[in-house]
Amino acid sequence: MVIHWFKYSAPTNFYRLAGKLIPWFAIPSAILFVVGLYIGFFVAPTDAVQSEAYRIIFIHVPASILSMFIYMVMAFYAALGLVFNTRLSSMMASALAPTGALFAFLALWTGALWGKPMWGAYWVWDARLTSELILLFLYLGFIALQASIDDPRRADRAGALLAIVGSVNVPIIYFSVKWWNTLHQGSTIKFTGSSMHIAMQEAMFITLAACWMYVVAVSLVRVRSIILERESKTQWVSELPEVKS
Amino acid sequence: MGVRIAGGEIVSWSEFFAMKGYAFYVWGSYGMALAVFLLEIFLVRQKRKNTLQQLRLMRQSGVEE
Repeated sequence: MVIHWFKYSAPTNFYRLAGKLIPWFAIPSAILFVVGLYIGFFVAPTDAVQSEAYRIIFIHVPASILSMFIYMVMAFYAALGLVFNTRLSSMMASALAPTGALFAFLALWTGALWGKPMWGAYWVWDARLTSELILLFLYLGFIALQASIDDPRRADRAGALLAIVGSVNVPIIYFSVKWWNTLHQGSTIKFTGSSMHIAMQEAMFITLAACWMYVVAVSLVRVRSIILERESKTQWVSELPEVKS
Repeated sequence: MGVRIAGGEIVSWSEFFAMKGYAFYVWGSYGMALAVFLLEIFLVRQKRKNTLQQLRLMRQSGVEE
């Protein structure tokens, strides 16, 4: 079977494809949240050092990983739009930014609530925390910059430059725990044998998958609105059944 | 009414929700996550509704011309 990938780089086709894909991400996401949190709260044992407070991990780690991952995907789409002048990739970048900002906020919020009982402070100006805060500001800057430019194509290009330059921050967040002495602990999950109980790991990977599917579903809903807005003067949009009715 | 938690230990629901004294931090984290997810879902659906509404109005005024 030949898949015509380029067919879906046209907003018309992608609009329809995205509409079909949304339930395939939204429903599994909800199921995986239930399963992951069930394992996280009722199967995974109490931590010997951190007692029950460690259970924040099942939302903190997925939120943190995805806040960085979404940024890289957003910068990649923005760069594609800039280099190849593909409208749809720029629209995808714009659709991802609010969700990315939300995950960066959640990483900071859950981190603060975890830091208080473990370190004695909600916030410290530590390398890991500060670079994650900068990530949140980069997302907000990207959204504000795009909102301030009326011409959508110019907004795409300006946003893309910010996204690309800002992507230097992502490896800084990732390696901050190695490069500097920080209060934040290093990675718990290592490729060569990690120190975590198997049920804890399972719960974390399942909630990570749930969050990822949530991100895809919600971004697809958002990108469909962006497509409609940008293509509002075209024939195909005015002939959509949801517009005709 | 109890709940079976990790290791087969049975605790009461109130003990479970107390999270051995960490309730504020644990439920504060999950509560915020839930609130933020629900808010975002509401906002993207609202945006779609508004966009479609706008397009219908555009179409109607276009048809009349």
